[in-house]
Formats: sequence, structure tokens, C-alpha cells
Amino acid sequence: MDGRVDALGFWGVPLAVAAGAIRIGTPFLFVSLGECLTEKSGRVNLGLEGTLVMGAMSAYGVSYLSGSPWLGVLVAGAIGALLGSLHAWLCSKPRVNDIAVGIALMLFGTGLAFFLGKPFIKPVAAHLPAIEFGFWSRIEQVRSAMQVNALFLLGLVLAPLVAWSLKVTRWGLVLRTVGESADAARAMGYDVNRVRLVATMVGGFLAGIGGSFLSLFYPGSWNEGLSSGQGLMAVALVIFARWDPIRCLYASILFGAASALGPALQSVGITSGYYLFNAAPYVVTLAIMTATSSATRTLPGQPAELTVAR
Amino acid sequence: MKLEETRAVGSGGVLGAVRTSARAMSVVEVLVIRSAAVLVSLALFGLFVAVAGADPFDVYYQMYRGSFGSAFSFQNTLQRAAPLMLTALCTALPARLGLIIIGGEGAVVAGGLAAAVAGLAMPGASPVAILMAMFVAGFVVGGAWIALAAGLRVHRGVNETISSLLLSYVAIALMNHFVEGPLRDPTSLNKPSTTQIGTANMLGSIPGLDVHWGLVYGVVACLFAYVFMQHTVFGFGASMIGGNARAAQLSGLPVKRMIVTACFLAGGAAGLAGMVEIAAIHGKANASLVAGYGYSGILVAFIARHNPLAIIPVAILLGGIGASSGLIQRIDNLPDATVSVLQGILFVVILASETLYGRYKMFEPLPVPPAPPSLDPGVAPIDQVGAAFDPPAVMG
Repeated sequence: MDGRVDALGFWGVPLAVAAGAIRIGTPFLFVSLGECLTEKSGRVNLGLEGTLVMGAMSAYGVSYLSGSPWLGVLVAGAIGALLGSLHAWLCSKPRVNDIAVGIALMLFGTGLAFFLGKPFIKPVAAHLPAIEFGFWSRIEQVRSAMQVNALFLLGLVLAPLVAWSLKVTRWGLVLRTVGESADAARAMGYDVNRVRLVATMVGGFLAGIGGSFLSLFYPGSWNEGLSSGQGLMAVALVIFARWDPIRCLYASILFGAASALGPALQSVGITSGYYLFNAAPYVVTLAIMTATSSATRTLPGQPAELTVAR
Repeated sequence: MKLEETRAVGSGGVLGAVRTSARAMSVVEVLVIRSAAVLVSLALFGLFVAVAGADPFDVYYQMYRGSFGSAFSFQNTLQRAAPLMLTALCTALPARLGLIIIGGEGAVVAGGLAAAVAGLAMPGASPVAILMAMFVAGFVVGGAWIALAAGLRVHRGVNETISSLLLSYVAIALMNHFVEGPLRDPTSLNKPSTTQIGTANMLGSIPGLDVHWGLVYGVVACLFAYVFMQHTVFGFGASMIGGNARAAQLSGLPVKRMIVTACFLAGGAAGLAGMVEIAAIHGKANASLVAGYGYSGILVAFIARHNPLAIIPVAILLGGIGASSGLIQRIDNLPDATVSVLQGILFVVILASETLYGRYKMFEPLPVPPAPPSLDPGVAPIDQVGAAFDPPAVMG
């Protein structure tokens, strides 16, 4: 730690925050894009926290057993889609509350991941490769900060793609119709539950990939303390981003930066209040939600069928 | 309900009374569907452990042995049920007003930390005074924690489910800050903790039992919550808000204030759970406070359908599952997360079973027979008693 600090001194703090914003923000990005799609269809999946942890565990396990981290990413996505379909199926029954099912799946997913993941806590699995954008620098700190994972670039492409397909394609239009008025969609002959099933499955797929990033790149190991509410913060983030995939991208980077502040300050020797800085991302989320929500009017962009942002 | 019941009893015995009272039948419906859901969950769980390579019947047996099989294990169960009753109230009370609060864990941690600080702040005071101070501190701080989420909801429209969980993480970070820094006992090396509150100031056991007084706190809190929600004006208003907040607002109820009050009481209950953990078990605040009671409490509240009275047995059941964790780990060689898997399965199945309510005709109340044209209204006519026991056609 100390050896690295000398090279840049306190300039290391903004650099570490910028690098952390991308690193810590990537899982937020995937989960929030997934949740954005699900919520656009008029349903909330709070279970993405469980999906994230299941994705992290399964990706790590598959990468360890097969040696291929990309296979792990794929399996994590598939498991996420499976959990998403479970959520959608349960919620399609009458009198079943989507928020409550989300809480149940959050507990179920984390419990299952801890159970199945016990054998993978010690072994070291193959990681996702990083792309070195810092090759031009001789300073070790700059080099490590400029290591960007391919998944982040994928997310960078995915955000405008999701925005485009929601806005322009027929599929996106149907999805938004279902989210705005299930009755209207039904009258037009669309199967509301099937549209929501697809939206929740795709959302789960993306959240699973977000989880694989946690275990296969940063922090880059599997343990039971890997995720502490990132999945849920991503849901809050979608509200902040006003159900706009592009704004999800900005918001994820902002949240990543907030989370990176504590470790960055610690790396230059400011350790007092380290644990308080751990609370920063949650406090920032709360502050942003407080500032942007309103008790009296619905938010612009909010799907009318949605209950979470009431 | 009283009146309806007496009339039915007069005309058809106990079973007839149950069969003709809409309210009693809905209780029967809940009991039957809930029990079926628990059995289905246990079966699914058995399948799961069988796939994981354990003998499901041995796992069931160890679960029974570890929870209710002996006096020792039953006391362990009750010990674990106590905080669950309190944290379940943290979800159940706001649910009556239509709010889904899942941040009980944060109120436990904040309340527990506050209780420890209060206990340490009064050196030399009598144990009773110290415990009183810890009680008040735990209740008030835990209550404030959840009331904050409620306040953000009613004044700013912030979703209370998300904010309460975020506040949990804030509480845990705050506790870590205090036990690692300002409040740290320098002799606690491996596990940073505050100083001990002292054995003299600890909450003792209930006479004749090896269970601490926290169980009494939990049971009394549930009974109090039941009376408060079922038999007071506030409780009636709370049900109105839960049914239709706008209508309640238009009829002049102080909706915002009532929501914040209910959440304060709910958080206070969870804060007491933290105080009990400190005062009866740990004697100091440290990371052991984050034991997942807040999350299990959510499950307890949902299984109990947010009924404070039903929370007591459900908390004992879930406490039993928690108490059997050690035996399952040792004898069946399963990881400690096994209990979390069972809880997760239970939660999912219970919620799925919500869709079954109102589907079965056998739970519909029978029409109340017309009042007998007897001169002596105190005695039920014989033929009516027999009629009430006839198997109904709707059963098939």
C-alpha cells in the first residue's frame, strides 16, 4: 500500500475514486439495467440482491471447475434468468405481492448461494481478463487504475442498446404498454404475464452477470460478505435514473464513486472514520432518493403500473 | 363477532359455531393453508438436502431434537424466539398500515448499540436503573431508526422498503465505527467490542427456566401490539389506512402522523431485541449483534400474516429451526447456511400459498340457521345441533 502512495501522493485519491467508480459501478450498471427493463414492464423485482449473490457464486464455481471465466459469466446469467422466471411465475398468480416475493427471493437466493458456495470459498478461480488502458504510464498506480474489464465495456454498449430497443422496437413498445396499462395491453391482445416473464428473466440475466463481475473481477473472490445490498441499491438507482437506461449508466458510475471514496482515502493514510465512509454509498443513495422523490406527484418516466415509487 | 358467536353456539355446539362464523372460518382457512405450506416447504427442503447428499429423515429428526426434543433444546428455541417476536413486530405493525419495512436488522443494531452506550454511561448506578436506561435507549433509538424511514416515506415519497434496508447498512457501519474507534475496549483484540456492561447489570433468567427475560419482553410486546391494533381507536385507524390511505385521509385521520407513530413503535420493538441481545447474551456491543434476527423477523411476520398474536407461535417455530442449526451442521454435515435455505423456501412457498385464499368452498361459512321459534331461547333444539354436524355438500 505505502509503496504505491509515494508515486502520486494525494493525487492518488481522485484517481482511485475514478477507477473505483468504474470497477464498483459495473455490477450496479448491470443490475440497474436489468431492473430498469423489469420495472418498465410494471413489476418490481427486489430479489435481484439474491440474484446478484447467486450469480457471483455460480460464476466463481463454474470458473473454478471449468477454468473458463466466460462460461461462468454465462452460467451466472442463466441462473439469474431462472430466478427471474421464478419471480415472474409467482407474481403472475392472483393476490401475490411482487415486493414481498422479491424479499423472499432475496433471502432464498443468498441462503442458497451460501449453501452451495461453501466449497468455493478457499479455491482460486480463473478471473476475467482486464484490458490494460494504462500501458502508456510507468506509474504502477495509474496502470492498475486503468485496468478496465470487458464487462464494463459491454455494459457501456448495452445501456444505449437497451434505451434504443425500448424506444424504437416493437418489443420495447409492447413492454412499455404493459408497464403503463396492463388493461390496455390485454385489450390489444398481448399476454401481460408473458411479457413480464420475459422482462423479469432478461432482468435476472443481467443481474446474474453483474454478480459474476463481483466474484470474477472485483473484488475477485467468493465469500459470504461479497455483496452488501448492491442489488437493492441498484433498485433505488433505477428510481433515481427515472427508468432511463442511459441515466442508469451515469448513476452507476456515481454510486461506484461514492463507494470507492472510503478505500481511496484509506490508501493515502486517512483511516479515521473508515467505517463511516463504508456508510457513504447508502447515505448517498438515501440522500438522492430523498431529493428526487416526491410525496405528491408521480415521477416523470415512471411506469404507471409500478408500485415501488408510490 | 362476540354476538355472532354466542348465537351460533346456542344453535349448534362448538363446531357449528366455527362453521357458521365467517371470522372463525377465515382463521381455520389461514391455519390449514399455512400448515400445508409449511409441510410443502419441509418436503421441498427434504428434497434439497437429499440432493445435497444428506438423509432427509435424519435431518428432520435432528431438527426436532435440536428444537423441541429436550428441555435444553426447547429453552434454546425460546431464547432464539424472543428477539424474533420483537423483530417480527417491526415488519408486522407497519404492514397493518400498508408499509413494507424490511430494515429490522438496522433497528436491532442501532437499538443494541444505544443500549450498550446507555449501560456504560451510568457507572455506579443500580442495576435496575441501568437496565431501565438500556431499555429506554434501545427502544427510542430503534424506533427513531424506523420512524426515519417512515418520515421519508410520508413527507418525501421515498420507498420505505428500500430506505429501511439502506438504513440497516448505515446502522451496521455506524456500529462498526463505534466499536472499532471511540467505544472500543482496548482488551478486545480479535473481535472489537465495547466494554462489558458488567455481569451485575445483565438481564437474568426467568425463575425456574434457563431462558432470559427477553422472552417475556417479546410475548408482552406481541400481546400489547395485538390489543393496540385490534381494540383501540388507533388500531382501527391503522387498519383504515392499510385498507385505503386516501379514504382514511379524507375522513380526517392524521395519516402521516399515525404512520410515523406505528413505525416508531415497530422500530422500538426491534430496538428492544437489540437491547435484549446486549443485556441478556453478549454483555457488550460487537459484530455479534448482526445475527440476522432482523431478516428472520420479516419471515415470521409474513408467516403470521402480520397478526401480532400469531407471531408468538411462529417465532417459536422459527426459533426452533434456528436452534437446530448446530445439530444439522454437526451430525448431518451440512453447512450453516442450510437454515437460510429452509427459511428461503418457507418464505417463497408461504407467499405462493397466498393465492389459494378464497378458492376453496369448504372454508366458506355456512349460513347461520334462523333463530329457533322456541319459547326458551337458552336451550338449543336437538335437531339443529344434529343439522350443524351434518357433513356439508361443499366438502367434496
